[in-house]
Amino acid sequence: MYQKIFEKYSPKKENLIYILHDIQDANPQNYVSEEAVQAVSEFLNISLSHIYGVLTFYTMYSTKPRGKNVVRLCESPPCFLKGSEKMLKKLREILGVRIGETSEDGLFTLELCACLGVCGNAPVMMINEDVYGDLTEEKLETIIAEIKGRS
Amino acid sequence: MKTLEELRKIREKAQQDMKLRESNTRIKIVVGMGTSGIAMGARDVMKALMEEIANRNLADVLVTQTGEKGLSSMEPVVDVIEEGKPTITYGNITADKARKIVAEHIVNGKVVNDFVVTAQS
Amino acid sequence: MSLKRTDILLCCGSGCVSAGALKVKQALIDELKKQGISEEINIIETGCMGPCDYGPVMMVYPEGVFYRKVSVDDVPEMVEEHFVKGRPLKRLMMQDANEKIFDQIKDIPFYKKQVKVALENCGFINPELIEEYIAVGGYEAIGKALTEYTPEETIEIVKKSGLRGRGGGGFPTGLKWQFGRASQDPVKYIICNGDEGDPGAFMDRSLLEGDPHRVLEGMMLAAYAIGAQKGFFYIRAEYPLAIRRIKNAIQQAHEFGLLGDNIFGTNFSFDAEVRTGAGAFVCGEETALIASIQGKRGEPTSKPPYPSTSGLWEKPTVVNNVETLANLSTIFNKGPEWFAGMGSETSKGTKVFALTGDLNNTGLVEVPMGVTLRELIFEVGGGIPNGRKFKAVQLGGPSGGCLTSEHLDTAIDYESLKAAGAMVGSGGIIVMDDSKCMVNIAKFFLEFSLDESCGKCTPCRVGLKQMHEILERITSGKGKEGDIEELERLGHTIKDTALCGLGQTAPNPVLSTIRYFRNEYESHIKYKSCEATICLPLMHFLIDQDTCIGCGLCSRKCPVSCITGSQKEKYKIDQTACVKCGNCAEVCPVHAVKRIPGTGYTKSDAKNGLYE
Repeated sequence: MYQKIFEKYSPKKENLIYILHDIQDANPQNYVSEEAVQAVSEFLNISLSHIYGVLTFYTMYSTKPRGKNVVRLCESPPCFLKGSEKMLKKLREILGVRIGETSEDGLFTLELCACLGVCGNAPVMMINEDVYGDLTEEKLETIIAEIKGRS
Repeated sequence: MKTLEELRKIREKAQQDMKLRESNTRIKIVVGMGTSGIAMGARDVMKALMEEIANRNLADVLVTQTGEKGLSSMEPVVDVIEEGKPTITYGNITADKARKIVAEHIVNGKVVNDFVVTAQS
Repeated sequence: MSLKRTDILLCCGSGCVSAGALKVKQALIDELKKQGISEEINIIETGCMGPCDYGPVMMVYPEGVFYRKVSVDDVPEMVEEHFVKGRPLKRLMMQDANEKIFDQIKDIPFYKKQVKVALENCGFINPELIEEYIAVGGYEAIGKALTEYTPEETIEIVKKSGLRGRGGGGFPTGLKWQFGRASQDPVKYIICNGDEGDPGAFMDRSLLEGDPHRVLEGMMLAAYAIGAQKGFFYIRAEYPLAIRRIKNAIQQAHEFGLLGDNIFGTNFSFDAEVRTGAGAFVCGEETALIASIQGKRGEPTSKPPYPSTSGLWEKPTVVNNVETLANLSTIFNKGPEWFAGMGSETSKGTKVFALTGDLNNTGLVEVPMGVTLRELIFEVGGGIPNGRKFKAVQLGGPSGGCLTSEHLDTAIDYESLKAAGAMVGSGGIIVMDDSKCMVNIAKFFLEFSLDESCGKCTPCRVGLKQMHEILERITSGKGKEGDIEELERLGHTIKDTALCGLGQTAPNPVLSTIRYFRNEYESHIKYKSCEATICLPLMHFLIDQDTCIGCGLCSRKCPVSCITGSQKEKYKIDQTACVKCGNCAEVCPVHAVKRIPGTGYTKSDAKNGLYE
């Protein structure tokens, strides 16, 4: 099942981070499953504990299923100064979830993240690979509605 | 890339495509593209000028456009602006006349007096 | 030669993209098609032009017109008026406070004091076309270096320029290269550190996205100098556009024979690859970065050994920051003396800064070193908006310190800022106005460092947590005598004993705010009062009885029904029940609900039924 991904890389430890990224991106629930970890362990010939050590160290990986769209709201100081707390409140309201939870329809998971590097347009959030800046409560509603509409 | 010469040749060609962003042009040709200008055929004049300049590889000549010039009876109007010389305004220009302007004025430096409306400093 | 008569340079740095630039691009394409002039107009996506707050922005050549805050709705008028009729739209141009309009880029105050070296091509060229990079002089520097200088001479040129590491360390680049060259191992590596994680910093992202070939050329110069055959770009995973652009640049360089074997017909062979992070700020530290490339947890290791002796896979490795590399081609093309002619005595050249926070012109700027904070904040940055006053500026992100109005005339260079207790850092500058609480800000920065701590060493893992607990108590009204001194003691201990730069600098925001705003800490602890009314337990909402019109809207919006009153008797908040949600203040039509420092009542007041 992971053959397609493994074919792209040589079985060296240094490729672990990219293999995990690819596996996560290929999974519609945006996470790395136990089964996947087992497969990687065999392919790279490294211990499960090493892989879990890496998975739990880097914040972009998840070992639990998430929604189709991972909403990451920046909580770092420049965004905080520009009202990210208000955005968080609004997102919790629109999505009906708390931080770390996935919406009932399985479409969105809400997470907080560290600085995304788009501080000139604070407050900022990233949904999968798309960056949204200059956020306002109205914009949040439009963006989420647009994504819902596309699914 | 085997030599610096090779790189420089590529550079020269690439610079042509970015000419609009450079500020060192010898001659600027401005075509009046207001509504009346367009109605009288300024777009064709513009196209002819650009084609002629491209064909002749005139690297330091820029063609651009502007709004209503106010000389409605003379449209299409073309200004030729050269540093240190008075601006020449040509009127009632057609695509053919435009090509003549390029050949005689731009390349050979001879103002085509028959087409001139005013010469202002 | 093309028949295009207009170049529209549309800024598509992540900032403007996040503000909708790609939608504007599509609207332009559609409208130009509708008007039948698609053949005549070039739309070019460029990197960051700088004034992010005004995005989406664009420049139109040959007129040299600058447009800001362009929305999809503006496009039809813009195409009709400017591109068809030749009448640029004044309402989309930059204006100053007196409504003076700037139609030429060079007149805009934001750009006036800037000198673009690293950012020279950002916003001017299409970063996805190697031809455009070559057109503006790209790859000339490496070509010359390879054919006319030895690696040692290359190192001398960089030493002469005075270039210092732009990632924050400020270590002399030429010297670092010299150490790399000195190692005898035939296998060496050059790494470009693109793991920019400082909150408030986006200089590196903009360079990687906006001028990727420039960074690649810089890497090649470094590789030649130290004797490396392989280079790695380590870019954080949160920068997908930067990753794509660099990968694209590497591929194009290969196609043009600028990477691979015998470059420019010399013995120099070099190749580069991209490696990504996965969300860990600490990987910006060079030993953690190296661990990450090797597929491990990004935990730093002690130095010595330094990477230049034993780094990636135990080979000599030089790690250079993105901006450091981006300065190199100009240093070689214009000469090291030209570069050293700018800046101050100890800090040569220019520096890219990311201006964020309470500022009129937030965005990306590049100024000569030695410019004062006042010039940067008030002239380039346009000063503080909304009629508020300047309070403090944080430089260097979570590793840096804050400075106050007494420091506004300090020159921005490595030594001057260090003397004032701050640092240049990577270039992130966060400006704060008088509505902010410095204790709260310090807590925020500490939280960031705490979250990002790798956990390996005790001082950082445990020490920062203890500092955070104290700050939590202080900001929730439970601060006690001795807390400030304990914070200072902990802070200094952690600085002295932590394993890597993250831990060693994490206490800085707390220590510097204590140094310059001790009175705020004391007010929080002794008087349970937050002057800026930010720390909710240390402030209260009060309805001004003279202003109140008795409409009752506040009472209806109160989630805990603690506001009582009537049309005649006005309304009052029961402070003991109030949860400080702020709804009342938001809905009051006459702004009668005030934010007041202090809890609003003492314990004995509450006992005696006296509050408000």
